[in-house]
Amino acid sequence: MYDDSAREDDAGLDVIERKLGMSRRNFLQFCTAMAATMGLPAGAEAAIAQAVATKERPSVIWLHFQECTGCTESLLRAEHPTIEKLILEVISLDYHESLFAAAGHQAEAARHAAMARHKGKYLLVVEGAIPTKDGGIYCKIGGKTALELLKECAADAAAVVAIGSCASWGGMPSTKPNPTGSSGVAEVLGKPVVTIPGCPPNPYNFLSTVVHFLTFAKLPEVDHLGRPKFAYGRLVHENCERRAHYDAGRFAMEFGDDGHRKGYCLYKLGCKGPETYANCPSILFGDVGSGSWPVGTGHPCIGCTEKGVGFAKGIHELADVKTVVPPVSYPRIVEEQGMGADFASSATLVGIAGAAAGAGAIIARNLGKRDDPDQADE
Amino acid sequence: MTISRRNFLKAAAGGGAVLATTGVADPALARPNLEMPPKAIGLLYDATLCVGCKACVVACREANDLSPVFSTDEKLWDTPLDISAYTFNVIKMYKDGSGEHKDQLKDGHAFVKRSCLHCVDPSCVSACPVSAMEKNAENGIVSYDADRCIGCRYCVAACPYGVPRFQYDTPKPKIGKCELCRHRLPEGKIAACAEKCPTGATLFGTVEQIKGEIARRRAAKPGEMVAYERQRVGSGDTHEKKAPLYVNHVYGEKELGGTQMMMLSGVPFVALGMPELPERSYSSISETIQHTLYGGLIAPVVALGGLVALAWRASKNHQDEE
Repeated sequence: MYDDSAREDDAGLDVIERKLGMSRRNFLQFCTAMAATMGLPAGAEAAIAQAVATKERPSVIWLHFQECTGCTESLLRAEHPTIEKLILEVISLDYHESLFAAAGHQAEAARHAAMARHKGKYLLVVEGAIPTKDGGIYCKIGGKTALELLKECAADAAAVVAIGSCASWGGMPSTKPNPTGSSGVAEVLGKPVVTIPGCPPNPYNFLSTVVHFLTFAKLPEVDHLGRPKFAYGRLVHENCERRAHYDAGRFAMEFGDDGHRKGYCLYKLGCKGPETYANCPSILFGDVGSGSWPVGTGHPCIGCTEKGVGFAKGIHELADVKTVVPPVSYPRIVEEQGMGADFASSATLVGIAGAAAGAGAIIARNLGKRDDPDQADE
Repeated sequence: MTISRRNFLKAAAGGGAVLATTGVADPALARPNLEMPPKAIGLLYDATLCVGCKACVVACREANDLSPVFSTDEKLWDTPLDISAYTFNVIKMYKDGSGEHKDQLKDGHAFVKRSCLHCVDPSCVSACPVSAMEKNAENGIVSYDADRCIGCRYCVAACPYGVPRFQYDTPKPKIGKCELCRHRLPEGKIAACAEKCPTGATLFGTVEQIKGEIARRRAAKPGEMVAYERQRVGSGDTHEKKAPLYVNHVYGEKELGGTQMMMLSGVPFVALGMPELPERSYSSISETIQHTLYGGLIAPVVALGGLVALAWRASKNHQDEE
């Protein structure tokens, strides 16, 4: 598809090759992977390649609040292509506290400059929960509370993306008793935002969302919790490699037991896969091949992408199985079987029964007549 | 025939008189419901804990050497629509509207396990003419013996829960029903469905233990965290869950004199397809009627007497001809 003759037409891709320090083949593979992750139709990878190669890099402002920087760490470990190239070249990362060379007033100045230059066009990414209790004094950057910073940066943003469970709904910091009043971005801003929950989230889910924004100038379709449907449309349970063991009733009873060693289902150990929407079993983590996700390594899913499950339910509590909501493959209490008797079949049956009864009566009458001569013979 | 008509009638009348006197001496009393056997074992099915994983259905198939049953065109999944001679237990679903909320009548769904309830006073045992259906005097398991069965299907018609099922598709048919894994008990194992249940929705135990567990579950305040045992009462294999709101009815506690499998639910049992039944067992009623009629062979003597009278009257003319 992408042979040498086509190469000359795509001057932009040549530029990319130099700019990203990656081969053209690798770049197109990346675009195809993005399109596949998002479940886009064939041909979309070309649009993505075009967009990434030629469009002006969107400005991204990345805020950190109550978090562990795990989301950023996860993103740094994306392999195709190495994420620092993309962060620096595909998008224009104008403010990111962890990755900044600048510090102090210089960093603040960069943020103000980017916000002024790209007013209404930049992408705001929020990592970490926002403390709201006591006026939000539990998290301050540059003398401003997280509350103030978020509202200031969100005011002129083209779109807001909450990365990680903390930014999505409060995540781990909001676990009861939630001493700092940690809240998610949507709650603080009072409007829905795109959320990429997970602890940490899969980098490709975030990357695909950004590339979608870049390619189509809008964010992907999301569910009722603001999660992109391409990534959070199915339960972990649905694509789990241990699902067959669940269906057959083979459960690991405790860590390290015979069933656990054999790779049995972890439901009894508290796996939240049946009530957690995420694509972990499909795209895995860390680009190191099969089994590289929590359940694959033998640990139950903790439901980190699901509000009310991750960091809320106990690790050993059993999941409510959502595959049956709405219920699909269960026999109903009264199962309709067959069509029942219609008029024609009933009439036929009545006719046959009547004929049989008549014949029976005739035979019965004749029996006596035949008997009489026999007796006479004796 | 060497016996003369006169002698036969004499003997018949004499024998009838003897039987009649013994019958009358034994007054026909209404039989009460049978009592729970001393070491009764059973199951507890808690519909609020059931997540519908069907592990019990698969476990039952393995334990009883049953093949999958298909109800779809592509024969990929074990999809029995009901219990049958080849499916001894099945998880059925109540669904209303959107079906979103578990254990809720409106816009909700709820599961129910259908299998033999192992009645204290079983109709199938009462109806079986050859003791192929028997209730164990010790543990109360209602068992089936194919070697005795004559294929009359009285048990199929008699069971108010529609449990025993007949193999209509084979020239050497048997009855199929849950026998509480009685073949596994001597190995020290419990019913396979209870062993495999991941939530403790199906729990094995003595009826005494099960009644205690039911009382404990019903006493918990809805919403508080409760430890639920799995496999069998006293197994120590527990998990914690918020206590649900049960309907004020333990199915199997009183139905037809009680059953050894009892059920708890968050929705009324009528919605789950469980019939509303009186406390007096059907077999106690039918046996009272039958045993009164046949007590001392009254009915046969009366019927035979009538027949003899008819025959005598009808053959009077022939006698004259002789």
